[in-house]
Amino acid sequence: MIEIELDGKKIDIEQGSMIMHAAEKAGTYIPHFCYHKKLSLAASCRMCLVDVEKMPKPMPACATPVTQGMVVHTKSSKAVNAQQSVMEFLLINHPLDCPICDQGGECQLQDLAVGYGADETRYQEEKRVVLPKEVGPLISMEGMSRCIHCTRCVRFGQEIAGDMELGMSHRGEHAEIETFLGKTIDSELSGNMIDICPVGALTSKPFRFKARTWELSRRKSISPHDSTGANLIVHVKNNRVLRVVPLENEAVNECWIADRDRFSYEGLNSPDRLTAPMIKQGGEWKTVDWKTALEYVVHGLSMIKADHGAKSIGALVSPHSTLEELYLTSTLVRALGSENIDYRLRHAEFAQSNGRARYLGLPIAALPQLQRVLVVGSNLRKDHPLLAQRIRQAVKHGGEVSALGDTQPKWAMPVAHTQVVPTAHWVQAIADIATAVALEKGIAAPVSGQVTDDAKAIATSLLSGDRKAILLGNAAVHHAQAESLLALCGWIGQHTGATVGCLTQASNTVGAQLAGATPGVGGLNASEMLAGGLKATILLNNEPVFDSAVGISATNSLKNSALVVTLSPYKTNLEFSDVLLPISPFSETPGTFVNAEGRMQSFHAVVKPLGDSRPAWKVLRVLGDMLGLDGLGFDSAQAVLEHLALKGASESGDLVCPSRLGNLAALPSSVVSTDVVPCVASIYQLDGIVRRSPSLQMTADAQPAAREVLA
Amino acid sequence: MTEHDVLSRFQSTGAQTCFHDRHIEPQIFAGLTGANWRLKEYEARGGYQALRKILGQNGAEGLTQDQVIATVKESALRGRGGAGFPTGLKWSFMPRQFPGNKYLVCNSDEGEPGTCKDRDILHFNPHIVIEGMAIAAFAMGTAVGYNYIHGEIFSTYERFEEALEEARAAGYLGDNILGSTFCFQLHAAHGFGAYICGEETALLESLEGKKGQPRFKPPFPASFGLYGKPTTINNTETFAAVPWIIRNGGQAYLVCGKPNNGGTKIFSVSGDVERPGNYEVPMGTPFSKLLELAGGVRAGRQLKAVIPGGSSSPILPASIMMECTMDYDSISKAGSMLGSGAVIVLDDSRCMVKSLQRLSYFYMHESCGQCTPCREGTGWLWRVVERIENGHGRMGDMELLDSVANDIQGRTICALGDAAAMPVRAMLKHFRHEFEHHVEHKTCMVPAYV
Repeated sequence: MIEIELDGKKIDIEQGSMIMHAAEKAGTYIPHFCYHKKLSLAASCRMCLVDVEKMPKPMPACATPVTQGMVVHTKSSKAVNAQQSVMEFLLINHPLDCPICDQGGECQLQDLAVGYGADETRYQEEKRVVLPKEVGPLISMEGMSRCIHCTRCVRFGQEIAGDMELGMSHRGEHAEIETFLGKTIDSELSGNMIDICPVGALTSKPFRFKARTWELSRRKSISPHDSTGANLIVHVKNNRVLRVVPLENEAVNECWIADRDRFSYEGLNSPDRLTAPMIKQGGEWKTVDWKTALEYVVHGLSMIKADHGAKSIGALVSPHSTLEELYLTSTLVRALGSENIDYRLRHAEFAQSNGRARYLGLPIAALPQLQRVLVVGSNLRKDHPLLAQRIRQAVKHGGEVSALGDTQPKWAMPVAHTQVVPTAHWVQAIADIATAVALEKGIAAPVSGQVTDDAKAIATSLLSGDRKAILLGNAAVHHAQAESLLALCGWIGQHTGATVGCLTQASNTVGAQLAGATPGVGGLNASEMLAGGLKATILLNNEPVFDSAVGISATNSLKNSALVVTLSPYKTNLEFSDVLLPISPFSETPGTFVNAEGRMQSFHAVVKPLGDSRPAWKVLRVLGDMLGLDGLGFDSAQAVLEHLALKGASESGDLVCPSRLGNLAALPSSVVSTDVVPCVASIYQLDGIVRRSPSLQMTADAQPAAREVLA
Repeated sequence: MTEHDVLSRFQSTGAQTCFHDRHIEPQIFAGLTGANWRLKEYEARGGYQALRKILGQNGAEGLTQDQVIATVKESALRGRGGAGFPTGLKWSFMPRQFPGNKYLVCNSDEGEPGTCKDRDILHFNPHIVIEGMAIAAFAMGTAVGYNYIHGEIFSTYERFEEALEEARAAGYLGDNILGSTFCFQLHAAHGFGAYICGEETALLESLEGKKGQPRFKPPFPASFGLYGKPTTINNTETFAAVPWIIRNGGQAYLVCGKPNNGGTKIFSVSGDVERPGNYEVPMGTPFSKLLELAGGVRAGRQLKAVIPGGSSSPILPASIMMECTMDYDSISKAGSMLGSGAVIVLDDSRCMVKSLQRLSYFYMHESCGQCTPCREGTGWLWRVVERIENGHGRMGDMELLDSVANDIQGRTICALGDAAAMPVRAMLKHFRHEFEHHVEHKTCMVPAYV
């Protein structure tokens, strides 16, 4: 620690810090544009010039290291003169079109111009015009004349997204930010460039001209898509979600969110939304009131229970539903006398997990510190954009990532060892690595395997270094031998000191396990229910045709079910449903998601339910009442959460009690191959909301899957 | 017309500008005819004796690294690229014990308007640079070096590559040089002609294959240079001076010049003189003497002003300049810089507004665009000067120019901002009346100007 003096205040700060860090610590604001705490230093905007005693020139605070006894003045005339002159330079070629700029009102340049700009310009020549660029459906580069060349977007691409899609071409006044040869920006994290752009050069295309920033209410929420549980600020106007930006949370998403989290809100305003209950009568869909619809459901369920027994009733639920919704559905099904409930629609194997929920195994914030990572069966970058970003930072800090999968990893980070194996032979490939580890350590291998060169390379990597993890991706968890994969990885982890975890697919995959959304003894699993094992089927927030491993064939088997009740925010499952109950998406209901690391994150509704739709927890409570069932009579979503009592006593914050989580699995006795290909959702096919976001569907990432769906 | 024909029109043979027997005590240009650049001829002039000396050839004891650096320090050799930093001191900054790669880089990206000395050194005496670099590499314990050659001198680059081949074949470069344990690999790299790549950190970026943009310092190249490794960068002429120093001793070099300004310096005299060219003279030679060597001001003209150290150095009026001697300290005292030694002579037919317009255009064109004051300010300066020149100036424009130049100077990542601002401020300081005349009369003060 060294001591410096900043504006007369003594500050203790670590050696190697910059003046900017000291100022942040002291709560002193130094104006800046190019500096961003998560990006490398450019020191190019020169806005943060400050007066350092004994230095003849003003120094950039962002890039000047502190020294013992340094005396800094951030508001002396020398500092302020320098800052004002930089502001003048920034404004001479800036179009000053704030009234028609989407950034107006939340623009760093605009804000700082108030403090450091002059009333009148001394520049009377023509201003520079930069031609607009077309870079895809998410980012608008219409206003490139506004660009101040801070290169935050360029550095974001290089350092955070891992792919330098934007660069500064040309020189001097002709320098401009553009993509290489007019390509589109295809990163799954691209929207963050909009946030970090300090001016209106990069703006959100879907939000363009929709509202002014001061008209928007800001409400906190949690992303309902992948298992990161990214914290969101949802911007609302007239009871409509118009924009989503990240809420900073160092432990979860830092200051980033994936494009899926950011632009999926379009799906909330989709014309597909179901706004009133509907019943199919004589093949025709009729809009009815809630009472009629619920009575229809209650009558149907009671009849089927009487005729075929409770075991012919079951529920297929979504891991994107809230903890409360899942718990109430599970309670409803069990109170009816059935054990048929499952969230694992895309799985191929359905083992019992001994009451402990499969999870990441380590905190998300610990990922960048890992020195060795083996990722098994994951399209890491697209399935978990933010977790991939954390692992990218680990690689940047010298960590070594290995990959085992059925395709070459394209993760926008260097992968040290890659083993490409067809999914059929994954268990063998893991067994080979285990054998290589066993050989190295002079112990017996768990099952027989061959020490191939690839296996040896990965084993050697895992045996070296500290802080290691083996992470199983969606394809590994949805694999027909998921338990064997997990168990063998567990064995490797045990003998290499690596933590074993599942990246987990959805925003509430961990929560679904904790809420009891898996079949009990004698219950049918998702695969059996989807094969036509039910007379009455409850579909909570899912579309089996898109959300399950069986895909389109779900239609036929569900047509055989006498009663199919769909609870969904959308008009969907029309072909095989009998009743549609409109429930609220995450934005219109309170609830809780448990993310991959076991963090419970509760949220409130950010807008009122659309039309006659209602939060699912209320619908389920009423259904329970009408059916005369016990255990559903909660007064609020919060009460459900409290009833579940998942919080660890000793854990800080909102982490689930560690005794409820675990990744232990039973070792296989031998290795066999399988011909079942694991079902993995493409990045923008993950859930119903994402599928209904037109902008996301227009991205390059969405194209292959969209073509497949059309075919 | 073939490509070669086109290019050759722009290439001086150097015979007129370099081989005129009007050097004073030349060291680098000594004995050159324009055709004797090959290894054998260089050796005949005493070439590679210095390298043999430090490596201890023919039974003699060699020099230690410290002795080499001490000799260079004693010589008071100062960087010939423009900043005039003491070379020996720079070499001593290099962390010699650093494990892993260290690099030596020769800055031959000579782009300063008015300067053409490095081109002629590389073209007519390439081995002197190779020898100087090998000695420097020995002193700092570097095993790999690069010579970054300006992008617009094609045949010079080709000749340097040829000279490298000769040196490698003769065992002056490569592994175990002259049978010793000293190994040094030297490579030439051809730039693309951007002025900014003459700035040392931009040069490193360019050498790494990136866009040539200066880095923020600190860290300095001595600790974080090429590929993030400790790197020493010197100008071509600096390296070329080293063999003479090693052969004749630091004291002899110092005596040749004046205290704190050792040795000879090559001045590229251009502009309104009878015999423009490169003149190698001892440091401290009076300017009047240099002007005389260059044949004096064009016939029938009076000396008006001189830009003493390349286009970025502040202009000095004739009266001040005639009192100066040509060395770092004297020119600095007069309010300018010796810079790269490009002496641009302006006679009384020159309009200062027009001259500044040309200079400002150059700096606007060559700004890399990275940092704000330079990117935006250089264009602003040029536009204001241009409107004055074209008769659209306003009375407040001189204050505006001075203020904008002041806002650029000292606030940029590299010295290009300063280079753009200094000529403006000096022009206004010494020739403000010409600008005022332009604004007032919308025409030039210099009647003879064409």
